[in-house]
Amino acid sequence: MIDLADTATPAAAIMNEPPYDELVLEARNVDFFYGKNQALFGVDLPVRRNAITALIGPSGCGKSTLLRVLNRIYALYPGQRAVGRVVLDGEDVLHEQRRLPWLRKRVSMVMETQTGADPIEEEQVLRVGTDLARLRARVGMVFQKPTPFPMSIYDNIAFGVRIYHRKSKAEMDEIVETALRRAALWDEVKDKLHSPGLGLSGGQQQRLCVARGIAVEPEVLLLDEPASALDPISTAKLEETLVELKKDFTVVIVTHNLQQAARIADYTGFMFLGRMIEFGPTNDLFLQPKSDKTRDYVTGRFG
Amino acid sequence: MLGRDFLRNLVNRLFITACLLATVAAITALVFILWSLVVQGIGGIDLDVFTKDTPPPGSEGGLLNAMVGSLMMCAMAMAIAIIVGILAGTWLAEYGGHTRYGAVVRFLNDVLLSAPSILVGLFVYELLVRPFEGFSGYAGAVALAFLATPIVTRTTEDILNLQSHALREAGIALGTPKWLVTRKIIWRAAGAGLLTGGLLGFARISGETAPLLFTALNNQFFSADMTKPMASLPAVIFQFALSAYDDWRRLAWAGALIIAVVVLSINIIVRFIAREKKHA
Amino acid sequence: MNAFNSGDEGFTPSPRSSAGDTASLRPPVRGAWFDPIFEYLCLSAATLLLASLGGLVISLAIGGWPALSHFGWSFFTSTTWNPVTDVYGAAGAIAGTLITSFVALALALPVAIGIAVYLVEFCPRAIARPIAIAVELLAGIPSIVYGMWGLFIFAPLFAEYVQMPLMMNAAPGSLAEKLFAGIPNGANILSASIILSIMILPYMAAVLRELLMTVPPQVREAAYGLGCTPFEVVTSVIVPYIKRGMIGVVMLGLGRALGETMAVTFVIGNAHGFPDSIFASGATLASTIANEFTEATGDLHTSALIALGLVLFIITFTVLALARLLLSSQKY
Ligand SMILES: Nc1ncnc2c1ncn2[C@@H]1O[C@H](COP(=O)(O)OP(=O)(O)OP(=O)(O)O)[C@@H](O)[C@H]1O
Ligand SMILES: [Mg+2]
Repeated sequence: MIDLADTATPAAAIMNEPPYDELVLEARNVDFFYGKNQALFGVDLPVRRNAITALIGPSGCGKSTLLRVLNRIYALYPGQRAVGRVVLDGEDVLHEQRRLPWLRKRVSMVMETQTGADPIEEEQVLRVGTDLARLRARVGMVFQKPTPFPMSIYDNIAFGVRIYHRKSKAEMDEIVETALRRAALWDEVKDKLHSPGLGLSGGQQQRLCVARGIAVEPEVLLLDEPASALDPISTAKLEETLVELKKDFTVVIVTHNLQQAARIADYTGFMFLGRMIEFGPTNDLFLQPKSDKTRDYVTGRFG
Repeated sequence: MLGRDFLRNLVNRLFITACLLATVAAITALVFILWSLVVQGIGGIDLDVFTKDTPPPGSEGGLLNAMVGSLMMCAMAMAIAIIVGILAGTWLAEYGGHTRYGAVVRFLNDVLLSAPSILVGLFVYELLVRPFEGFSGYAGAVALAFLATPIVTRTTEDILNLQSHALREAGIALGTPKWLVTRKIIWRAAGAGLLTGGLLGFARISGETAPLLFTALNNQFFSADMTKPMASLPAVIFQFALSAYDDWRRLAWAGALIIAVVVLSINIIVRFIAREKKHA
Repeated sequence: MNAFNSGDEGFTPSPRSSAGDTASLRPPVRGAWFDPIFEYLCLSAATLLLASLGGLVISLAIGGWPALSHFGWSFFTSTTWNPVTDVYGAAGAIAGTLITSFVALALALPVAIGIAVYLVEFCPRAIARPIAIAVELLAGIPSIVYGMWGLFIFAPLFAEYVQMPLMMNAAPGSLAEKLFAGIPNGANILSASIILSIMILPYMAAVLRELLMTVPPQVREAAYGLGCTPFEVVTSVIVPYIKRGMIGVVMLGLGRALGETMAVTFVIGNAHGFPDSIFASGATLASTIANEFTEATGDLHTSALIALGLVLFIITFTVLALARLLLSSQKY
């Protein structure tokens, strides 16, 4: 059995050389509630730009929940609530304050004088504003089960792009092709772009969803067990795709497959019972885990 | 001990036999109804039925004006019912269904679903006929719309609730505004189901008589003017069946057969769509 | 210093790179402005449904008010319905409605239960499905078809083979003679009830069948495992399991029968007053409205008919509301 003695007082996560200077996204001290049930307890997660960050941990430990906080998809459901900070490019996205921008400005100016941050930079941040839809376009998501829309392969990808841009046919064709190439799907579907996306195999559907996600040029792509419904060959293709994508995007992936995390991730976080137990470069976490729980998990002693 | 088991078996046998008998009797009665409908109606169906208007007693004629009237009023009613019903069903499934107000709306919609249709006729009479001093095709269409809307609402909510959360989330995760996710993804994914709701609503109202009696009334002549009283198949059947003229009764049977065939075909199509969907 | 473990106040935004700037220039979402409007439209549609039911009640109340205030309580207790003298009482029609509906229910329920149980528990799979489909299809046949069938096919047969012999053979002065008195034309309370029961039968059987299918197989298996006969399984395990739902189905069938117009109007004989035998002609609330409304002469007559509508609404609403509450608590 695992020692749960420390659940009363949340111990700080063990952070091995987190990449604080190259962050694109960071969760800080996040608590999450499904109604009255607390699913996350003070979770921290630094996400480095142009890297793959993996989340591992036993079932029910809150990995999916954490992902769903990062792009606030949970906000669809009344009763689900997050507390803490999620910072995307220096901007707190968890607390939308569009209604009272002037107040927000005041508050943050006060905070800046306390923390000594550069007020001019904060000014810029404020101008951006946090709009939920735009946040989600900046932090894309791919789900465990493939979710192609009920339309053609082409339209599946064009759909997201059309939300933001009016494009000519030729421009759109190019965007679709680029996205499909990046997702390593182009060769398989280039002859049937206008057939339904639901007609593809599971693995192809999943790569279609990745293509759809990257077509809107997100900064971060979140993937929740994207390979759990795929056969080994499709999984390998998807992994190649992700490693390729790393050049242009930032990837956060939840996986139950430890080998997969070890193969592709630059950083890995181990979660347990709603807490981030240990976070660090993948090699360190797998080879020299600092926490006993992490060691037990990565050596297959439980979970 | 043996006697008790014997009794138990006997009771069991009797029970099963009774159930079987009930089934056979009911099926027989219903087959008998359909059979006499076909026998009585088929003789009256000829080209005239589809090309001539309702005749004065004792002369030749058909049901053309009644069929056109029925089609026009049903079409308009369905247009209203589909718009209102799909929006209301969408609200229940996607927006406010979990609230207290949503529960009230759902409950009253269920009540409306089986409310007596004649009351809807009275209501629309008070609403549209009395104030405007005249029966009209519009009033008939509105009355039918009141009957079809709850059906469309109910099926829409049920079908949308069957769509996966993952699909909604995938749409939202692209930054799509919720209404676009609903319209372009969820409605499309639920397309066959929404169609089913519309068809069921249409099947329900195409045979409705009571609400038309005080709203569209009837019209001996051909009229496509919806501001005037309008003929409809059910109203003509009602009038002709209760008359003493053989020609009229023959037409009434023909009309009843036509309605029954239409309604049955729609229901069969609906099953077919539902089956296709399941297999896909 | 570890920025992550310092207090909440000490949060510093991380350095922003060029990618962040391009993100800030991302164009706004197209069509986002329509979001609240769309939600509002959907809400309005839902509210329209609510308002239509409200409007229905209010218009019936307003339309029926002159008659109700003119006759007071006697509107509900008097059996006189006379357009010539302009005196209206609803008791006859209320009685006709309740009698036909309950007799129809009493006839249809056992048969519907028999069909549903047979189809779900005993029937070979291969024929159960087609029969079930046929039953469901028949539930959709418009009631006017049942009405015509009742008038032209059923009523003559009924008069000849049931009504006449019973009347002929009833001993003079006996209870039977009183019970069976009436014009032997087949248009009476009992035939209306029978037609009604045939009409609600497929509907009730279809809903009951769905209800039976919600019983988990484990429940059945557990009972069979104790050595129960199929009859015992049905009566002691399955029926209790769906009890509330069954009451709901009964109420739904009743609601249909109460409000049914066409199937009844054709065969009830349309006579006002309190029916004095099951073979007497009668009227229901709905049939009276259907027959007289367009020909109503005076305002009081029209108002009285609308008041009948209000009574019908109150009765059916109560029944339907109870049905829905019972069915929803069954989670069916
Ligand atoms: N919709 C919900 N309502 C209530 N509790 C929930 C909900 N979704 C998840 N939970 C709870 O939150 C906790 C974390 O769940 P989460 O789905 O994040 O786990 P996970 O790490 O992704 O597990 P898995 O590996 O099985 O996907 C679990 O205890 C779960 O029971
Ligand atoms: Mg998960």
